[in-house]
Amino acid sequence: MRGLTPGYLIRRLGMFVLTVWLGATLIFIIPRLAPSDPVAAMVSRLLAQSGSVEGSAEMIEAWRARFGLDAPPLIQYLRYMRNMLTFNLGYSLTSFPSEVEDMVVRALPWTLGVLSIATVVSFVLGNTVGALLAWRRTPGLVRTLLPLSFTFTAIPFFMLGILLIYIFAFGLDWFPVSGAYGRALTHNWNWEFVKSVIHHGTLPALSIVVTSMGFWGLGMRGMMITTDGEDYMILAQAKGLHPRRIFWLYGVRNALLPQFTALALNLGLIAGGSVLVEYIFAYPGMGYLLYQGIVNTDYTLIQGIVFIMIMGTALGVLMIDLLYPFIDPRITYETR
Amino acid sequence: MATTTVESTVAPRPRLSRWESPWLNPKLLSGLAMVLAVGLMGIVGSQFWDATLARVASAPLNLPPPWGPGVEVTVEEGAQETAGGAKDAGALTGTNPLKQESQESTTGQTGRDARGFGVPSWEHPLGTESNGRDMLAVLLVGAPRSLRVGLIAAGIGMGVGILLGFTAGFLGGWVDTVIRTIADSVVTIPSLAVLIVISAFVRQISVENMGLLLALFAWPQPTRLIRSQVLSMREQGYVKMAHLSGVPTFDIMFKEMMPNLLPYLAASLTGNVSGAILAATGLEVLGLGPTRIPTLGMTIFYAIRAAAILRGMWWWWGIPIAALIVIFTGLFLMTVGLDEIANPRLRGIQA
Repeated sequence: MRGLTPGYLIRRLGMFVLTVWLGATLIFIIPRLAPSDPVAAMVSRLLAQSGSVEGSAEMIEAWRARFGLDAPPLIQYLRYMRNMLTFNLGYSLTSFPSEVEDMVVRALPWTLGVLSIATVVSFVLGNTVGALLAWRRTPGLVRTLLPLSFTFTAIPFFMLGILLIYIFAFGLDWFPVSGAYGRALTHNWNWEFVKSVIHHGTLPALSIVVTSMGFWGLGMRGMMITTDGEDYMILAQAKGLHPRRIFWLYGVRNALLPQFTALALNLGLIAGGSVLVEYIFAYPGMGYLLYQGIVNTDYTLIQGIVFIMIMGTALGVLMIDLLYPFIDPRITYETR
Repeated sequence: MATTTVESTVAPRPRLSRWESPWLNPKLLSGLAMVLAVGLMGIVGSQFWDATLARVASAPLNLPPPWGPGVEVTVEEGAQETAGGAKDAGALTGTNPLKQESQESTTGQTGRDARGFGVPSWEHPLGTESNGRDMLAVLLVGAPRSLRVGLIAAGIGMGVGILLGFTAGFLGGWVDTVIRTIADSVVTIPSLAVLIVISAFVRQISVENMGLLLALFAWPQPTRLIRSQVLSMREQGYVKMAHLSGVPTFDIMFKEMMPNLLPYLAASLTGNVSGAILAATGLEVLGLGPTRIPTLGMTIFYAIRAAAILRGMWWWWGIPIAALIVIFTGLFLMTVGLDEIANPRLRGIQA
């Protein structure tokens, strides 16, 4: 069986639906298991702000009705699912007239831009470094220097982000502290704007690249060592193939396959980590929007963003899964 | 997984002397030492340092550590104003506010230098922050707490993982399909995002409940790992032999297979502890952690909210980050070391 078989396609699509459903259900059920009542909490916050609010009990009732919280749980759940699946994410509680959907659409490109570039760069760099480390022909000097690039592997993205801000933005003043583009600039696809976007995006992207590179590097090193022991490698050498050819087409080509699986499995973690990076850099993407939702206790905003994040990650995984049969033609996925 | 051929590569193993045990892996031991140092710091430290100094307003404000490069960035600022009105993290927005600020004089405050920092003294060896907490006390209270959250979450996740992994691997069939499918899809859910929703609704949360919450996402990894290992081990000679000899399944699991799984389980556990601490810290940094007690993540949250980075108060965010880096690096070294024990081939080429 080669390539994209219908059975494989159906199974992967099923996984996608299951993941989205599980995630959406989790963020619906667990908050409702908690003893606290968001509406009551919101009204009591209003009370604390303005001293007294007349008829706060009626207000709680009215709001509960407004958000459909007085309906039976099952109805609430079905309603919620329908809304989420039609991307009807509702209105933001704190910046009322604006819809969550619009806010998400505005933030999404920033996150996608930085995140995809950073992930691709760290994946490519990390795998190259890892492969070179495990390769006998790599010059000794390179092999002793390369592990230095793994120094920050164990550190979360955002911590390196803070260090980068302190050193390069605050101390040296080479990069801006926050934001995605200069304040004086407007959305215009001219060189000035693009330059500013790159300038602002460098540190956030760098904090993801530097910290996740080592993960790919170490994984790749392990895979290359395993691959190196395979019979076809010995055969390739015995045939007298060019070492570079053996390295790329026999070694890296095969060792890379599990790395793609690892990429699919880690997309969720990367997405989660980027939330904190955006928050640290006040980068106007999904993560920063999410933080604003938290600060303003804007429940619809939080729920909407997280649903989109679950959906986005699941889509990313699905994409990798669907590409996989083309990268690795042996795959049949009957047993794993 | 690639690490399934352990037995065959080390089969004719000579008897090792006590000091040659693979468990004496230098990476594992140094990592363990780092983690233990942080863990013991709380117990030992509280013997000779007053932990109540971690409470708000128990110490003078804004003292730099006496040993540090206190005057690293000489920017003048009326720090008292900024300190009081703890700005939102939005204080990071825009360009560096300090560099625009006119050189206000901050006279009239005795014992304050130009930046509004107090005179460092050895009474507060790691300095204090703008809420009047002693940083050493915060460190002693917060660091073990972070480890505890991680251990609770990873421990529960491990227990569930062992149960489900063995069940799936041994029973096979539809049970296996169900467990594997759910584990596979939970792994890809961005756990931090889901945890953010949950803790945004719950708000007040204890360290123990936080651990429980994090365990929700700590079980799929060990489950997947154990399942795949059990599947490959089940086919191996010694397990088949035990089966044929009529050894009960339970005994095969725990007496025959468990010892061989141990390095994998340990590596998975340390990885999970690290993941849980990361998630917990992430929530705390966003201001969603336990608020009544200082944690390392909450300290970073307060520091960011008060724009400590731009005020040059490096000790405020730097100390909790340094502690976390020691924890994460220690756990990471342990994981790498345990991987090398589990898969001896990795030891061959020293990186």
